[in-house]
Amino acid sequence: MDDTSAKPGWREPVLAVADAVVVPVAALLVSILIFGVFIGLTGNSPIAVYAEMYRGAFGTWFSFQNTLLRAAPLMLAGLCTALPARLGLIIIGGEGAIVMGGVAAATVGVSVSNASPPVVIACMMLAGALAGGFWIGLAGALRVYRGVNETISSLLLAYLGIALLNHLVEGPLKDPESLNKPSTRHIGEANMLGDLPGLDVHYGLLFGIVACIGCWLLMEQSVFGFSGRIVGGNARAARLSGLRVPRLVILTCVLAGACAGTAGMVEVAAIHGKANASLITGYGYTGILVAFLARHHALAVVFVAVLLGGIGASGGLLQRTFDLPDATVLVLQGILFVVLLVSESFRSKLNVSRFLKVRG
Amino acid sequence: MDVETATSLGVWGLPLAIVGGMLRVSPPFLFVSLGECVTEKAGRVNLGLEGNLVMGAMVGYGLSYLTGSAWLGVLAAAFVGALLGALHGWLCGRPRVNDIAVGIALMLLGVGLAFFLGKGLIQPTAPRLPSFSLGFWSGRPQVVSALTIDLLFLIGVGLAPLLGWAFNHTRYGLVLRVVGESADAARAMGYDVNRVRLWATVFGGALAGVGGSFLSLYYPGSWNEGLSSGQGLMAVALVIFARWDPVRCLYASLLFGGASALGPALQSVGFTSGYYLFNAAPYALTLIIMVWSNSADKTSAEMPAELSIMR
Repeated sequence: MDDTSAKPGWREPVLAVADAVVVPVAALLVSILIFGVFIGLTGNSPIAVYAEMYRGAFGTWFSFQNTLLRAAPLMLAGLCTALPARLGLIIIGGEGAIVMGGVAAATVGVSVSNASPPVVIACMMLAGALAGGFWIGLAGALRVYRGVNETISSLLLAYLGIALLNHLVEGPLKDPESLNKPSTRHIGEANMLGDLPGLDVHYGLLFGIVACIGCWLLMEQSVFGFSGRIVGGNARAARLSGLRVPRLVILTCVLAGACAGTAGMVEVAAIHGKANASLITGYGYTGILVAFLARHHALAVVFVAVLLGGIGASGGLLQRTFDLPDATVLVLQGILFVVLLVSESFRSKLNVSRFLKVRG
Repeated sequence: MDVETATSLGVWGLPLAIVGGMLRVSPPFLFVSLGECVTEKAGRVNLGLEGNLVMGAMVGYGLSYLTGSAWLGVLAAAFVGALLGALHGWLCGRPRVNDIAVGIALMLLGVGLAFFLGKGLIQPTAPRLPSFSLGFWSGRPQVVSALTIDLLFLIGVGLAPLLGWAFNHTRYGLVLRVVGESADAARAMGYDVNRVRLWATVFGGALAGVGGSFLSLYYPGSWNEGLSSGQGLMAVALVIFARWDPVRCLYASLLFGGASALGPALQSVGFTSGYYLFNAAPYALTLIIMVWSNSADKTSAEMPAELSIMR
């Protein structure tokens, strides 16, 4: 189309990254502006609120570690939406995979709790990933074989998963000693997932980062990912060129669900030690926003998860300092999501490479 | 109904509890699905009606509490629903914006806003919508109370065939369908496709808001954050099942209402094991219906051709 595409060099990749970053950052700034007005309408000073949010999210070492603790499941939940999105599927039921992963991990963890801790953790991880993978894989299979809209079916599966969790922890899997909050048995303190060396952040963060890098390699650097992106671009063309679309879609959905299931496993193995209603955290829903904000790019998911983890972590502080409802964070997330989608339609006007070309 | 009254009816206790529950639970399904039906007829999907539902419930309750009139609450809910619908319609009219993604965003925004603004409404009690009983022929008070319905539901029941008639016999209905079947044909006829879809989404959003006001003003009849659990989304699936026919939306809503009433009804006759699973019946039913009524390689003739939900 023009000279820049003809000359391979350092400019192209740099400009591509700049293009991908400028639009979400602009959306973030506009959202901060709109949310500031919203906060102003409630009679609070937006600047004071933002200062407090920054303090609660990134301001101190303690709060930053708290942010990272929230970012870990958000990375895994974000992948649950981001991976299928590369194939053109919009999966929003990550919450169900988290819950099912947590229940499966707790059940397996309890039943092998006498083995050595690394074995217990490995078994729990496998169970969590399989359960989550099955849950989202089901949505993918229904899409491929029955034409069922995956957005709706994955959310229905999330509601079903939550019902199943409540049923299991109050019935068949209930620890008779858990009276106030029905739960499964504890996996044993010795088997809990510890903290990363030198940090007060558990190994879940490492799982999240490794998963994001792995998914990036898979989606951007492998034949599998390349085929998947062809499906996302044009499913018909993919089919005509001999790609096994059903297999690609289902495998990707299983992988996406496995990520979210691992998030549930981490919640059990590192925080609660057992499965109960505390698994219903809303990370699955925030994960949708993480994926969209990261433009479904697995590496970007890491940074966006830290950002949204920080916003979530500051919620409690806002409640205490300004007496704002806990839904304040939801409002900010909603505004961010809407503005982000609008910003997509301005994308050509915000294009960095075009801007530079016009100037020079 | 409590356990005693239900069991005193013997074998009739369970069906009566289900029918009674159905009459109370199906109206939100009905209003949301009728609204979504209109929007989808114009060729656009609004997945965000869950947000309209919850916002409608909150605003309806708030206005009813402030003014003392439940009907003003319903009106306010319709207005807020229309506003959210307008936002959806406008966003989708912009280039490169996906209507499914906008729906998800507005679902999250609507629910968040409702929880934020509704924090102060959890305590106070607002006036409720008027109701009357279809069980006047029966001497049994439990039958009379089970068959109680409200006026708003009757309006919805009347609206269904009216919309069905309007789709086929009015100018607006025909324009809506042309836009939904072929945007190019509509453009060639001189209609502004985006504007028609915008108004269809506004109308659908308003109906979903009304459905929400039913939740807070009649049954369960109070405002709290657990008021809706996906009814707005299930109603979207219900429209597919109803093959974009308003009257079939009514039947499907009653079916979904009955499924939702199953858990509480079983509980009322003393059957409590598996409570959570029975309460999840509507989700399972939706999923089963979607699997059963869809198929991977053929799309329904009744489906508006411009619809992206099944691609």
